[in-house]
Amino acid sequence: MADRHPLFKPLVFVGGIVFGFGLGFSHMARPEVVLNFLTFADFGLLFVMFGAAVVSGIAFALMPRVRDTAPLSGNRYERRLKSFDRNVLVGGAIFGVGWGLSGICPGAAYASLGTGNVTILWALAGMFVGAYAQGYARSRVSTDVTPASAD
Amino acid sequence: MFDPVPLALVGALFPNGVSRYAVGGFFVGLGTVLIYVGTGIPAGASTFLESTLSYVSGKSRFQQYVASRDWRLVFTAGIVLGGLLFAATVQSGLLSSGLYEAGSTGERYDIGGVTLWLTEVQPWRLFVGGLFVGIGTRIGKGCTSGHGVCGVGSASKTSIVGVVTFLLVAIATAQVVAVAGVTP
Repeated sequence: MADRHPLFKPLVFVGGIVFGFGLGFSHMARPEVVLNFLTFADFGLLFVMFGAAVVSGIAFALMPRVRDTAPLSGNRYERRLKSFDRNVLVGGAIFGVGWGLSGICPGAAYASLGTGNVTILWALAGMFVGAYAQGYARSRVSTDVTPASAD
Repeated sequence: MFDPVPLALVGALFPNGVSRYAVGGFFVGLGTVLIYVGTGIPAGASTFLESTLSYVSGKSRFQQYVASRDWRLVFTAGIVLGGLLFAATVQSGLLSSGLYEAGSTGERYDIGGVTLWLTEVQPWRLFVGGLFVGIGTRIGKGCTSGHGVCGVGSASKTSIVGVVTFLLVAIATAQVVAVAGVTP
């Protein structure tokens, strides 16, 4: 990471606020609404994730053509590309079990806490324990494949 | 000329309309765009879990995120505050929006004039689900924001496969849990 501009963190903070407000407004911060989507009672939630993907997709497509590096970090503008391997399927399936059981995902859990939903701390505790267990196991078994930059 | 059947079908699929979802999604995307344009970072929400664990664990898996853990903490604090901003404005009725309905989900309570909201989904579902989410997002290289918003927005095949995988499994899981009679 290159030199950070003093406005780096303030911008990340403001971006986070807008992001969290959106999760509140869209009701995705309510597990009940996510569960209604997953049980086909209300398909509206599709518009949250894909709506957000379309909006961000414009920036991901445009920025690399407009400038080489970002003004506040000096980072190169790149798309978010991760290498594909079996882990994407295994991890995705495990994530799906958790999302389907609880109706909550990480970003929505943070926003949910902000809307007053202290009960969501159960989910956040679970996420930290899960991430710790996974990281602990992976640090021990050094078969960790370093992800290549290919898609 | 005007067939009401498709309209009724749309109404059944979207009992709460699509506007509040689309507007909310627009803001989620806008937050992502602000950070990306300024910093070049496609910000995902779940790496925060590991990067924050680097404060308490020396394990290599967490220590690799030391360089980004400060801004990830700031990003997450922003998301929490954004949720509170929604609660203090729209949810409290300070900003009235035709797109917001208090709805039938959860339970509302008031502190100092701010309408807050509590889920009725049982704690064990949240905790056990959270465990799977925490493990899965780290193995699968992303969550609903990393893969779902940034990855799909980048037209990444890996992310599209990831999203389809977790969406299908989540649908199956939620249906099985509902059929088993667990509610809420």
